[in-house]
Amino acid sequence: MPPREGVYGLLAEFNTPGELVQATEAAHHAGYRRMECYTPYPVEEAAEALHFHKTRVPMVCLIGGLMGVTTAFLMETWINVWAYPLNIAGRPLFSWPAFIIPAYEWTILFAGFSAALGMIALNGLPQLYHPVFNAPNFRNGATTDKFFLCLEAVDPKFSLGETRTFLEQFPAVSVVEVDH
Amino acid sequence: MATKGPMQDPIVDPMIDPRTGEYAVIAPGHNFKSVTQKIAGIVLTSNTPLGWFFGLMVGGGVALGVVIGCTWLFLKGVGIWGVTIPGAWGFAIINFVWWIGIGHAGTLISAILLLFKQTWRNSINRFAEAMTIFAVVCAGTFPLIHVGRPWLAYWLFPYPNTMNVWPQFRSPLAWDVFAVSTYASISIIFWYIGMIPDFGTLRDRATMPAAKYFYGMLSLGWRGSTRHWIRYESASLLLAGLSTPLVLSVHTVISFDFAVAALAGWHTTIFPPYFVAGAVYSGFAMVLTLAIPIRKFYHMEDLVTLRHLDNMAKVMLATGSIVAYGYGMEVFMAWYSASHWEFFMMWNRMFGPMGWAYWILILTNIAIPLTSLWSRKLRVNVTYLFILSLIVNTGMWFERFVIVVTSLYRDYLPSSWGTYRATKWDYMIYVGTMGLFTFLFFLFVRFLPMIPMSEIRMMLPQTKVTRGGADAETVSKETV
Repeated sequence: MPPREGVYGLLAEFNTPGELVQATEAAHHAGYRRMECYTPYPVEEAAEALHFHKTRVPMVCLIGGLMGVTTAFLMETWINVWAYPLNIAGRPLFSWPAFIIPAYEWTILFAGFSAALGMIALNGLPQLYHPVFNAPNFRNGATTDKFFLCLEAVDPKFSLGETRTFLEQFPAVSVVEVDH
Repeated sequence: MATKGPMQDPIVDPMIDPRTGEYAVIAPGHNFKSVTQKIAGIVLTSNTPLGWFFGLMVGGGVALGVVIGCTWLFLKGVGIWGVTIPGAWGFAIINFVWWIGIGHAGTLISAILLLFKQTWRNSINRFAEAMTIFAVVCAGTFPLIHVGRPWLAYWLFPYPNTMNVWPQFRSPLAWDVFAVSTYASISIIFWYIGMIPDFGTLRDRATMPAAKYFYGMLSLGWRGSTRHWIRYESASLLLAGLSTPLVLSVHTVISFDFAVAALAGWHTTIFPPYFVAGAVYSGFAMVLTLAIPIRKFYHMEDLVTLRHLDNMAKVMLATGSIVAYGYGMEVFMAWYSASHWEFFMMWNRMFGPMGWAYWILILTNIAIPLTSLWSRKLRVNVTYLFILSLIVNTGMWFERFVIVVTSLYRDYLPSSWGTYRATKWDYMIYVGTMGLFTFLFFLFVRFLPMIPMSEIRMMLPQTKVTRGGADAETVSKETV
């Protein structure tokens, strides 16, 4: 559990995605691991610089889809064969081709909700409070036009003075301390 | 060449990036801040344009038609409509199919064009998705009020009940419940997921405490973290991949409502593809109907450019041609099947008492659009496209009218022939849903970001990641 008081990290602000990616790569090279980039749109190069490649969202989506198809098909079979059998123009009770259609729809329904809610859950959202919002320049830029790199204090390599010197060698607009 | 319109001359065309020679999707001169301010400004302004209030009032006033019409319907029953035997499906089903078809272009734009990496869609996908949702709201109203006892409409869903009664899954009407409810749910979640980063932007740019709170809650605390973005992009792609088969299946299932019935004019295998193409056709027409006034009213010509309109007109040309092929095939099969009933149905459709509807359909859906859309000059003529979009949507409504009514009112047995005549309540509820749609759309453009800001940012030249050197300096100057 990270400490809830004191410094959360150091936040460097950049004007371009290129500068952010360079700084992130350098920080990773220097041995920093607990860090995060904040950008106004997805910057894939930043994710590469963070060495963050794999997400579990597709797996969650697949599991959801399989659950959807199984649930719908078994439900239809149970309902039309056992729970409430009806003779409709002599068609077989187990009319599996007809059952495919609702099962198909529920595959998409479950998979879609799993992908969306899975993404939100894996991201730890909703999280209305986060320390980076305390930085005075964060909210003006992170969702508009600025690019941020935050080196977090929980990183064993983090020390306020040295990390600040490290970040200031890049063309950052500012480097600010972020409090919890 | 200059006489051919602003998009013709490749040398003076401001949309072509002189450095790369690529065709820009949005007008040059924008940066991250300017697009954000432009789009967020519409939502966060304290000076709501008077025209907005006017439009909302008109939409809301017309929407009262639904309220009044449905109130009387619930008091009196479906007898106030023109439905009767043999024309048991009237306006309610026509309007249902028409509205849901309109919705399909929204999903197509947001999902299929995303998968095909058609970046031009980024400017129009948000309001196309909004259009989908509001169209599904209007569409969903009709089957619910058509069931006769709308307070028991939940019987359509499989749920354990004391009557021990369950739905019957061999019926296309049960498939419909699953298809349309899935479509509505997935469209809403896709729309909302797409807006989360923009809600973050609005939260951070809002000055009013209520707006900060409202958008802050909706943004779920989005902070643009890269790890979040990667998962977000993954989820967006997955949702797009799921919506693509979904949108194709929804109108397929709706066409099964007809095709599974053993009625001449309905019982054909061409229905699914031809319904889907028709849906996309009418949907793109509706996107044009909405986009053209909005870009003018909110001065969005930089973001929704002539190229967007041109591309949409091309999609209409393609899907309209598929629809025309469908009509041709119907006529051909009526002859080729050598079925007496099919042949009579087609003859009656064209030359019977309601033949006028068929010829309106041919004129508005085929003759006017499919001859004129080949011309690039007309495809970039905003006024013409707007009028054409209204014509096509009229045509698509008549298509549903022709399919529903002319197949039903003269079936196999001449002794059971009747006719169909819509009543004022039919018209009131139909026009009312147009008001409801307008009303919801006006609320949307005022309170939600109608163009996805994060996706527009990705289309700017500044997004190019450069690693040092002179190039980085020019980019950083542009950004500042």
